[in-house]
Amino acid sequence: MRDLLWLIPILPFAGSFILIVAGTRLPKKLVPLIGSGSVGLSALITIFIGIDFITSTNDQIIQQVLWNWIDVAGFSPDFGLYLDSLSLTFVFVITFVGFLIHVYSAEFMVDDEGYARFFAYLNLFVGSMLLLVLGDNLVLLYFGWEGVGLCSFLLIGFWYQEEKNGYAARKAFIITRVGDTAMAIGLFMIFKALGTVNIMDIQGQAPVVWTVGSQQVTIIALLLLGGAVGKSAQLPLQNWLPDAMAGPSPVSALIHAATMVTAGVYLITRTHAIFELAPTAQFVVGAIGAITLLLAGFSALTQYDLKRVLAYSTISQIGYMFLALGVGAWSAAILHFMIHAFFKALLFLAAGAVIMALHHEHDMFKMGGLRKKLPVIYWTFLIGAASLAALPLITAGFYSKDQILWLTWAGEKGNIWFFLSALIGAFITTVYTFRMIFLTFFGEEKTHVSHVPGSRINIPLIVLAILSTFAGFIEIPHSLGHIQLFTHFLDPILPETILKPEIESTEWMIQLLAAALSIGGVFVAYYFYVMKPALHVQIKSTIPQVHNFLLNGWRFDSLYNWLFVRPFVYLSNINKNDFIDWPYHALVNVAIFFNRIFSFTQSGILRWYLIGIVIGAITILTLGLWM
Amino acid sequence: MSVIPAEYGLVLATTLFVLGLISLLIRRNIIFMLISVEIMLNAAGLAFIVASARWEQPDGQVMFLFILTMAAAEVSVGLALILQIYHQIKTLNSDEASKMKG
Repeated sequence: MRDLLWLIPILPFAGSFILIVAGTRLPKKLVPLIGSGSVGLSALITIFIGIDFITSTNDQIIQQVLWNWIDVAGFSPDFGLYLDSLSLTFVFVITFVGFLIHVYSAEFMVDDEGYARFFAYLNLFVGSMLLLVLGDNLVLLYFGWEGVGLCSFLLIGFWYQEEKNGYAARKAFIITRVGDTAMAIGLFMIFKALGTVNIMDIQGQAPVVWTVGSQQVTIIALLLLGGAVGKSAQLPLQNWLPDAMAGPSPVSALIHAATMVTAGVYLITRTHAIFELAPTAQFVVGAIGAITLLLAGFSALTQYDLKRVLAYSTISQIGYMFLALGVGAWSAAILHFMIHAFFKALLFLAAGAVIMALHHEHDMFKMGGLRKKLPVIYWTFLIGAASLAALPLITAGFYSKDQILWLTWAGEKGNIWFFLSALIGAFITTVYTFRMIFLTFFGEEKTHVSHVPGSRINIPLIVLAILSTFAGFIEIPHSLGHIQLFTHFLDPILPETILKPEIESTEWMIQLLAAALSIGGVFVAYYFYVMKPALHVQIKSTIPQVHNFLLNGWRFDSLYNWLFVRPFVYLSNINKNDFIDWPYHALVNVAIFFNRIFSFTQSGILRWYLIGIVIGAITILTLGLWM
Repeated sequence: MSVIPAEYGLVLATTLFVLGLISLLIRRNIIFMLISVEIMLNAAGLAFIVASARWEQPDGQVMFLFILTMAAAEVSVGLALILQIYHQIKTLNSDEASKMKG
């Protein structure tokens, strides 16, 4: 079974290839079959390999070198795949959640004329993402990294006839490109310093070559962090993600919630050897996470658009993952990634179904009372939301988020500020999550339900709802039963988090605090949006500036517009007549000048031509006589 | 019999040629322009005859016969063209035939 590893990324690529070449000519029934079938097969192989991994006790690593990719003067990255428990976790989420989203899309996109194109892009995305997490060297990782960036661009702008979608797609592409450039420079520096791009060699050599906190390794770590920040929509490159919601809902679920945006988390975890050598950079990771999760949480409180709430919540939850990475809680970050992938994909898919049922109505304030009309969606959405809000004991989100909270408090690299921001973030998360629930599903019906989703939408929702509830039980904290399946699974690869001495006894207090806050958040949301619905309108009208400020995502767009876009446009306006172009323009102008003269002589009047001939003849004769 | 000096003949030919040229330049009517060309051709022919008489060689007269033949052909082609122009632009004014203006 392990030899089939190469099939996992190849199958989606093959599916994409078939759909690109023959997509429009295939019968419409066959298109989703190829699209989801290829990913489904990959998921099946992944599950078999995963079972093999868990049951067998010997080496937990699969390496497959397919061929030597480039070989130039010592720079020879292989086209090689590398699977350990970290990449297995990612591959499982990508293929399995990806498969469910493909099944969902088969019904969601059925009336779209770009049906085959959609599945072709989606398959291409899954293939690239698998290359990203399976690549055994940073160059192959970068290849996948850019591949998913391209697919993200294509899918955000999927409905390209509308101008704003194209704008959102370009915005996402350009902003992530800023981070990618930093990351590329980081890769160059790694190769220059270590002479290799193979991830395992880097892990081995980094502690030998660099001392802890040396300047070079800090710069490299910060550059890699730049790439991660761009892809994972963290401060200061976070403002592309809310606009990326212009894409179809399955795209938001797959790319902008479950997989691609967590590529930054993967990158940092993958190169954790480098980050452990650079404590400053690791602290920056945590600080970025802590600030981002608060900023995005506050913005999510004010949004009208259902999908934008989820987008800000994604930014905020990835902030939690970064926070966990920053305090060295590697496996907690990966656990939260996995659980987040389940419940956020679920929420996006359910939101997509709601939006479809209401004739593309995105505004939550125009929804309401959907509890009775769309029961399946209501219950699954509620389960996903409970998981996002980390309601204690019964949801998976509780176990993953609680672990992060605990480790920011108790971890050696944690501090009180990180902990406080995580705690406040948890409270805000609950409030905006249940604000969403109460506005959408409770109250009176404001928009008529026109379309009740069918089984291909319901089944993925139910499967994801089950996962969002039970996936947390693989990791139960110390004070509640102490199950650490996931941490042990990742143990051989990721270092354990070192706790502060003598702090273990406070764990139950932290848990109680987090639980109280999340339940309190539900009540706050209930009070504001069900009991006293006039109150939030009143608050909004007393402080409209603050409300608009948060609604527009802390006005980062205006800031960047003022800082970068306007000066750039100004400079390019000045340099419109680039001086390098001058000689070429001169050439053109000379040609145009003579063209004018000669076309003037072509007057069309015969007698002028005759005079020309006569003058010419006289000139030649005169010259002939003189010479 | 006294021989007319060659210079007289050449002056006559030149005068004819220049007259033809000037009328070619100032006339607008295409038929008159064709006639002017004929005059210039004949002036050239006259020059050949004078030269042939001066050098007492028959070549010049042979050349004149050639010019005569060529002039006949030229007139027939020229008249056909004039007819076509008249069909196209309904006038004989050469200035009107300025479609090729650059």
